[in-house]
Amino acid sequence: MSKSIVIVCSKDELTKIRQFVADELDRNKIPDLEAHKLVLAVDEVCANLIIHANNCDPVNKIELDLDFKPKQIVFTFRDKGVGFDINKYDSPSMDELVSSRRQGGLGLLLVKRIMDKIEFSTEKNYNICRLVKTIA
Amino acid sequence: MVNIEKEKNEDVHFIRVEGDVDAGSSIHLDNAFKEVLEVGESRIAVDLTRLVYISSAGLGVFVSYLDEFELKKIKLVLFGIQETVRQVFDILGLEKLIAIAENEEEAIKKLNE
Repeated sequence: MSKSIVIVCSKDELTKIRQFVADELDRNKIPDLEAHKLVLAVDEVCANLIIHANNCDPVNKIELDLDFKPKQIVFTFRDKGVGFDINKYDSPSMDELVSSRRQGGLGLLLVKRIMDKIEFSTEKNYNICRLVKTIA
Repeated sequence: MVNIEKEKNEDVHFIRVEGDVDAGSSIHLDNAFKEVLEVGESRIAVDLTRLVYISSAGLGVFVSYLDEFELKKIKLVLFGIQETVRQVFDILGLEKLIAIAENEEEAIKKLNE
């Protein structure tokens, strides 16, 4: 079963996308603790796409597709902003973050720790980021 | 949406956070810390009992002040974290960097240590 939502690139849209994902996970009987983590990972990727890839320009859009497979949930993000492969990003260590007094840097680390697989590709001017979570 | 209240009680400055702290609303948490620093408080307890959700933007606010707090000998304790939110702290290992208490009473005890 697959479900989709389209948001514009504004930070105000994050609440909407979290609610959409939370509702779908609930409908598919994903336990609360697990669902909270998955909602967080989606929020982190969206925030990153909105702020860094699309410069908070509400003319730009992000499409999120949720695909519930028997033992996997696949989250697919499509946008036309500046392409960025999470796998090629070296997350700073916690010590580096503390000493630099930076507020950013934790989001993608969370995504990497929560999801089982992250894929990035480009197709016909679209960046495609796919997050895969294996479920018991 | 986030709602942040500040109050002072027995030399402890409380920051009470309610709702969702995400990339859009983390600025309010940051402002609360900035104000506390300007006043020159030395003991801060952050009440997260009514915090429903926090993303990296909010967690980054806590992390970004740790160095300054240590330098200025400011004590910080977070308390009342719900289980769903607590697991996010655990994923990042934040309990090794930030003092965390179960409830307000324990938080005050930790600040008095």
